[in-house]
Parts: sequence; C-alpha cells; structure tokens
Amino acid sequence: MENFDFGAFAYQAIFYLFALIIVVSAAMVVFSRSIIYSAFSLLFTLFGVGAMYVYLSADFVAVTQIVVYVGGILILLLFGVMLTNKITQERLLTDVFNIVPSLVIMLAILGAILYTFLYRAKWHAGQERTTTVVEPIGYEVMTNYVLPFEIVSILLLVALMGAAYIARSEKKFGLEKRSN
Amino acid sequence: MRLFATIAPDALAASAAPVAADNAWVKALESFEVAGVPVGVWAIPAIPLVFIAVYALYVGVYGERKVSAFIQDRIGPNETGKWGLLQTIADILKLIQKEDVVPAAADKPLFVLGPLIVFVGAFAAFAVLPFSSAFIGADLNVGVFYAVSIVSVEAVGILMCGWGSNNKWSLFGAVRSVAQVVSYEIPASISILVGVMMAGSLSMQKIVMSQSGEYGILHYAVFQSPVAWLAMIIYFISALAECNRAPFDIPEAESELVSGYFTEYGGMKFAMIFLAEYASMFMTSVILSVLFLGGWNSPLPNIGPVALNDWTNGPVWGAFWIMLKGFFFVIVMMWVRWTLPRFRVDQLMYLCWKVLTPFALLTFAFAAVWELYVR
Repeated sequence: MENFDFGAFAYQAIFYLFALIIVVSAAMVVFSRSIIYSAFSLLFTLFGVGAMYVYLSADFVAVTQIVVYVGGILILLLFGVMLTNKITQERLLTDVFNIVPSLVIMLAILGAILYTFLYRAKWHAGQERTTTVVEPIGYEVMTNYVLPFEIVSILLLVALMGAAYIARSEKKFGLEKRSN
Repeated sequence: MRLFATIAPDALAASAAPVAADNAWVKALESFEVAGVPVGVWAIPAIPLVFIAVYALYVGVYGERKVSAFIQDRIGPNETGKWGLLQTIADILKLIQKEDVVPAAADKPLFVLGPLIVFVGAFAAFAVLPFSSAFIGADLNVGVFYAVSIVSVEAVGILMCGWGSNNKWSLFGAVRSVAQVVSYEIPASISILVGVMMAGSLSMQKIVMSQSGEYGILHYAVFQSPVAWLAMIIYFISALAECNRAPFDIPEAESELVSGYFTEYGGMKFAMIFLAEYASMFMTSVILSVLFLGGWNSPLPNIGPVALNDWTNGPVWGAFWIMLKGFFFVIVMMWVRWTLPRFRVDQLMYLCWKVLTPFALLTFAFAAVWELYVR
C-alpha cells in the first residue's frame, strides 16, 4: 500500500470502464433483436468514444462528438425508428448464416488489421498536450482550411434544401412539375 | 485572413482581468486524502448534488408553489410547519416511501433507465458551472460548449422515458419535447456564441473574468455591446423552451397529454425527472448570468474611497452573487410560467425558426462587426 498511486489507478480504471462500455454497448447494437434497443445502446457507444477522445487530450473533439453524434445523429435515428411503425414491431434477424466463409473473412480482416497495427505502423509517443486546442483549431479553420470549411457549409446547405424539397407537401407544385 | 490573426490575440490580452480565478477550494479538496485515498475528490461532485437537492426542495418546489399562490392570489402551502416550510420535506418523505411501480405493459429496461439518463444529463452540466472564483468542478477550455452539448443527453433520456412507458400520451410528449429542445438549441447556441465572442474564450472562468472591473455592473457583457441584451433575451426564451417550462410546456400539456412523457412515473422516478427539470432551470440561469451578467462578479461599483466593488468581491461573495443571479432568473421563469398561456405547436415552431433564429443570426453578425471594429 506504500507506493500505491490511487490517482493513476483511477485513471486506468476509468479508461477500462469506458472501453468496456463501448464494447458491450456496441455488441448490444449488433446483437439486439429489437431495433429500438440497438438505437438506445448507441448512446453509450457514442458517449464512450467521446470519453476516449478526452483520454487523448482532445477535449474539443470529444465535445463535438457528443454534439454531433448524440445531439444530432442519434436523436434523428431515434425519431426515424419511432415514427416508422413497421420497423419497431419487426423482430430483427440476428442469427448466424454461412458460418465458415464469414469466419474466414472475419479472421482474415482481423489478422490484416492486427498485422498492420503491430508490425507496419510507426508508433511514436507524442508529447502530452497541456495547452488548449480550441484556439489553434479556430485559427487553422479560418486560415489554412477556410476553403474546405466553406465547402462543407455549402454541402450542408444543399442537403438542407434537398430535405426541405422532399418533405414538402406534393400538391403545391411537386405534382405540376411532374405532369410537365 | 491576416485580420483574424492580428486582432484576436489583442482581444485575449485585453480580457486578462484584475480578479483571478484560482479555484482554491477545488484544489484544497483535491489534495485532501485519507490513507492515500483522495476522499476530497468525491466531495467536489457531491457539493453540487447536495446543492441541487436543497435548492429543488426550497427554491424549486416550495418557491414555485408560493410564487404561483401569490400570482393567483392564494396563500399556498401554510399548514406544515411555519409558513408551510416543512411541506416539501413531507412531500419528499412521501415520495421516498412510495412503491416503485412499473406498468405491466412498459418496456422495463428503458422505463427504469430513462429518468436516470434525464437526471445525469441535467447534472453533468453542473461540472462546468463556476459557483465562485474558487469553486468550479472542472474549468474546461471548452466549458460552455460542453454545457450546450450535454443537454442533448437529456433529450435521449426523455425519448427513453416516453418510449419505455408504452403509452401514447408519453410518446407524444417525448417526441414533442425532443423536437422542441433540438429546435431551440439553435437560437440558444447562436446567442451563447455572442457572449463567447465578447469574452474571447469558451472557458467559464475566463468568460466571468473578462467582465470584472472597478465599475462593477458596467463591465458586464450585456452593457458592452449594443446588441448583447438582444442575445440575452433570445437565450432566456430558448432556455425556457429547453427546460420545457411554460409557455413552452407543450410536452406535458395537461389539457391534452395528461402530463406528457412522465405520465406513468411515480415515486422516486418522478422525483428524479422533477429534480432534473429544476436542475436544468438553474443551469441555464447560471449560464445566462455567466455569459451576460458577470457571473460571480459583484455589480457594485467603486465610488472614490468607497470601494464597494473591492469589498464585495472574493470567493465567498462570488458564491453569493452567482446564487443571487441564478435564483433571480429561476424566479423569473416561475413568474413567466404562471402568467403566460401555453403556445400551440405551430406557434412554437414559428417563434423558433422564423423569429428567434433570424434575430439571433443578425445579433451574431452585428456583434461580430462590433467586436472587430469598435470595441
């Protein structure tokens, strides 16, 4: 007990707790028979990934992860599931088919990824960041990356207009156009 | 693009404030250990939790009942204890003793998990609220952004409650509530950005520090720009909607939906949902006062030798001022609730997308020009 560093232990323990949460909830997403449970399990997966970003000292990315994935995509997904009666009543098929070929493909992909990570990748321990990342991100987005930034916003605008056009009631001018 | 690179660091330097936020109480708690186990660290989150419980009992439930009674010319709770002060204690004792009922048709895991997630979402934001220059759970570099993001967890919890109850009123209430929260996040975030832009930082303590000075209230952000008051009002209205408070309480509209997404809840689960509502009311009030009304800075000015500002600043005074400002807006929210009638769904969406969002964008553009060229 003399040299037991409680802080470092708690740091490790919380990391593995989040890792466990990610794996278990991701497994729930895949194996659950009810699509609504799959969708709600995603909350824990996405939140856990946010925690991983915190462990990488990327606080801005972590919070963005929660805003975009939990606040945006997950809620949209849940709305989609809840408003579609047919999906929620259906029991999903989660059985295993074609066990031999799928096992071979899975092991091959896993082996390839592990081989790349363990032998080919050039890992190096970076300096632990202590300063804020918010200001550098702001400067970079407004200087070096201003064109991609603007193009992304135009892309989002186009998507928004497309969604509004599709969602519009057809009787106004959708039918007229189609009859022409 | 040189413009940004040259101006922004000056703005940051100008916001270096005379009052320092040293987080002394948090640091003292962090170093408090018993036999190598850092007990003090557990006390840091426990303090806001206890605070929420006490505040929800007295300012929340008791205050709301007394305010509504005053507005409707009634007396309110007055039997249990002096002025009815023990009424909420009695209510809590009743809630704790109640049987924990789960409806037979409910989706049990979601029904049980829902209130927990709602409360966690509301409580997690308290980590970044600056209760004093010496006490903030975590002075993150992205404090305000975090507080905005974590509200969406609450929305997922509300959907869980509504779906898990397996009741048409609950589901309607939950879907309405989430649609409302997601929509009003946009004007709220844009008006928060106005405050952030004026302070030049996302960190809560830095935002507060940028508003301190010897003239007290005149240094508050709301008086530093001709449009800051508009951003403040837009944020306040959006905050009402995000907390599902009247006039934006269509998610629990009693006349249509019984009581919305928590129709099926009773006992402690109901108490959790209620606690979360009062917690998020206080949270939005504090964020409003941090962004626009100087947070824990004293509003009193120094007048020559009568240094009122110096005398009324400091960690303990800071806690007093932020509580005062937070409770003030909580009381205003109650006042609004018992004064205005409820919006219809279409009016609600009209207000958000056609009034608040355009005005918030205009305010944002004007505030940006003002910050760059005038201030």
